[in-house]
Amino acid sequence: MLKQVEGSAAVAEAVALCRPEVICAYPISPQTHIVEGLGKLVSAGRLAPCEFINVESEFAAMSVAIGASAAGARAYTATASQGLLFMAEAVFNAAGLGLPIVMTVANRALGAPINIWNDHTDALSQRDCGWIQLFAEDNQEALDLHIQAFRLAEELSLPVMVCMDGFILTHAYERVDLPTQEQVDAYLPPYEPRQVLDPADPVSIGAMVGPEAFMEVRYLAHAKQRQALELIPAWADEFKRVFGRESGGLAHTYRLEDAETVVVALGSVLGTIKDTVDELRDQGVRIGVLGITCFRPWPTAAVRAALANAKRVVVLEKSLAVGLGGIVSNNVSASYPGSPDDVHTVVAGLGGRAITRASLRRVFTEAIEGRLEHVTFLDLDHKLVERVLAREREQRRSGPIAEGILKDLGVVAAKIG
Amino acid sequence: MTHQPIRFYQTGTFTVGNRLLAQEQRSVQAQAGRTNSLNSGHRACQGCGEALGARYAIDAAMDATNRQLVAANATGCLEVFSTPYPETSWQIPWIHSLFGNAAAVATGIAAAMRVKGRENVRVVAQGGDGGTTDIGFGCLSGMFERNDDVLYICYDNEAYMNTGVQRSSATPPAARTNTTMPVGSSTGARFGQGKNLPRIAMAHEIPYVATATVAELRDLEAKVRRAMEFRGARYIHILVPCPLGWGHGSAETIRMARLAKETGIFPVFEAEHGEVTNVSKIRRPLPVEEYLRPQTRFAHLFKPPGHPEIIARLQQLADRNIRRYGLLDTEAAS
Ligand SMILES: Cc1ncc(C[n+]2csc(CCOP(=O)(O)OP(=O)(O)O)c2C)c(N)n1
Ligand code: SF4
Ligand SMILES: [Mg+2]
Repeated sequence: MLKQVEGSAAVAEAVALCRPEVICAYPISPQTHIVEGLGKLVSAGRLAPCEFINVESEFAAMSVAIGASAAGARAYTATASQGLLFMAEAVFNAAGLGLPIVMTVANRALGAPINIWNDHTDALSQRDCGWIQLFAEDNQEALDLHIQAFRLAEELSLPVMVCMDGFILTHAYERVDLPTQEQVDAYLPPYEPRQVLDPADPVSIGAMVGPEAFMEVRYLAHAKQRQALELIPAWADEFKRVFGRESGGLAHTYRLEDAETVVVALGSVLGTIKDTVDELRDQGVRIGVLGITCFRPWPTAAVRAALANAKRVVVLEKSLAVGLGGIVSNNVSASYPGSPDDVHTVVAGLGGRAITRASLRRVFTEAIEGRLEHVTFLDLDHKLVERVLAREREQRRSGPIAEGILKDLGVVAAKIG
Repeated sequence: MTHQPIRFYQTGTFTVGNRLLAQEQRSVQAQAGRTNSLNSGHRACQGCGEALGARYAIDAAMDATNRQLVAANATGCLEVFSTPYPETSWQIPWIHSLFGNAAAVATGIAAAMRVKGRENVRVVAQGGDGGTTDIGFGCLSGMFERNDDVLYICYDNEAYMNTGVQRSSATPPAARTNTTMPVGSSTGARFGQGKNLPRIAMAHEIPYVATATVAELRDLEAKVRRAMEFRGARYIHILVPCPLGWGHGSAETIRMARLAKETGIFPVFEAEHGEVTNVSKIRRPLPVEEYLRPQTRFAHLFKPPGHPEIIARLQQLADRNIRRYGLLDTEAAS
């Protein structure tokens, strides 16, 4: 059924259709509308039997999900940013225990300075936590990925994080195709746990493991994620068979034929990138796009194949490996058959800074003309940064950094555009 | 098979030997069919009060729930000594997730059981004093506030034992731990305001709160049984002496627990919905010194020239408990 809804509502509907049994909620922007939507559905009795638990922190949210999942229930939660870090210990634990929890991350910057707007630093900070990490390009894909996520998680006994851009997707009203309950039921069988807390068959879960077996346990987690690289495309195909549309998979390519320059990115910014690429293509520029849907496990072979003929790669990422450059680009470099010197990192959109077609056009052109530095920051106000550095050189007590920058900028309200 | 001749004896408390009692009146631990939920072979130190407390409590809980029990365990001695991979001492479904989240994990298990229509399966969460009063405090308070159907048991040995005896917020003032060493002018853990978890639990007005010690098996078992008669959040705080951390002989565990109660240092009581309903009276009042002296964690208080002023302050704490809970026969509970 086609419906014009907010992204968060679409995700809430998708999760509801997956028949969750325990939902844990702790509010943080921009995730709030998702759990509010689910809470309403539970209160209305539409999801019965389902427990909606208002917990006292994200750490508790993930911990309640761990208990519920270990006791055989289909468990779901959602968070973002500071919330994801607050639960980090439990995020790793859920993966280590092999519990198929599904969590939405409404991607948002990490403080300090506190900032509620979108970038990918939150999810990428957890890239080695053992969860499968999927990134949605638009609201339809966000909706679809949640349905696939439950299937994937339960088949592999691994937790799955579905990442969608905060505000840009969560708060955008777009037309989505809502599947029917019959379709979802056909795709997602009831949860059959591999391990469960049951008095009829008592097991101990979460025992201490020493050096004699720890490597093997970790290796199995890795092996399972590599196994997911085969299952994810297979279930995307199955998804297409049941729902009649393509969604998910490891990566999407766009106008890659004969492309000498390939732009790699995650999430909703792919829309703007594709528009820019269309403009450049119209002018005869041989440029294409690789959108990463599955960030963990990293789809090495798919990336390598997509980049096989690229002369240069521009990784446009909403994240920053402080002191290094790019997080995504580091992964891309490792899978690029050419020289790492030809992989450019463009850090963009941090804390919600708008990524415009004009700016993208400029960096892509610079890359093609060989003028793009190895690591660049899109639309960075260099003068502003210089002023702070100068002040720090001049006076010992130069004051709080962010506040100083805002003062120099001469505005009080955060400037997004 | 040789038969042990029946002997009538009295064990220093009101407890009479089981053999004097009819079968159905005997403690769960005395039953041949007890579950041994925490089975032998684990790696606890000799005389570990926590191992004893956990076995008593969980066997009693198994008995009270018709063996329909699941446990969530915080990180700590109990977890480490019971499950050295690939072995486990647990004869019940058991999960260890993290140090600070046992209460929340238990909430999740209880929610799952409700969804599955298996509300006959009851849930216990358990942890040490550190896992309860410090790092797990947020999750515990949340579980209380929501009144989730979980019995939380705190095994209080008054320090972080598993990491080698460091101070927790349950460490008594003046105690020596490895982070409160009585060196120089220091006299061990400082006197703070205290963090009295049973009273904090009562402030949540949850259905049931009780304290107990490993010295009184029957009392402990009765409290676990009583706790299982309620639905909603319940809390039992068990004092479990630790020979390693307290510095007493491994055969002295029960005696230390008994002295803690008899001096008034550790009040033993029950409360329902925030009101005290029952206290265990002190039979033979003893000065706190009797309790402190055998423990090397308090040895610095007795080394010449001694610290009578500190012992007096500890006595004041005990006296306040005695007044507050009416622990002597002549005084009424307030
Ligand atoms: C987040 C975190 N911080 C610290 C630790 C280290 N740690 C493990 S067990 C433990 C002590 C446990 O003390 P307590 O809860 O009192 O239980 P006990 O061992 O005394 O029975 C500590 C500090 C940990 N495992 N996790
Ligand atoms: S250190 Fe203490 S609590 Fe830990 S096993 Fe030994 S006696 Fe028990
Ligand atoms: Mg302890």
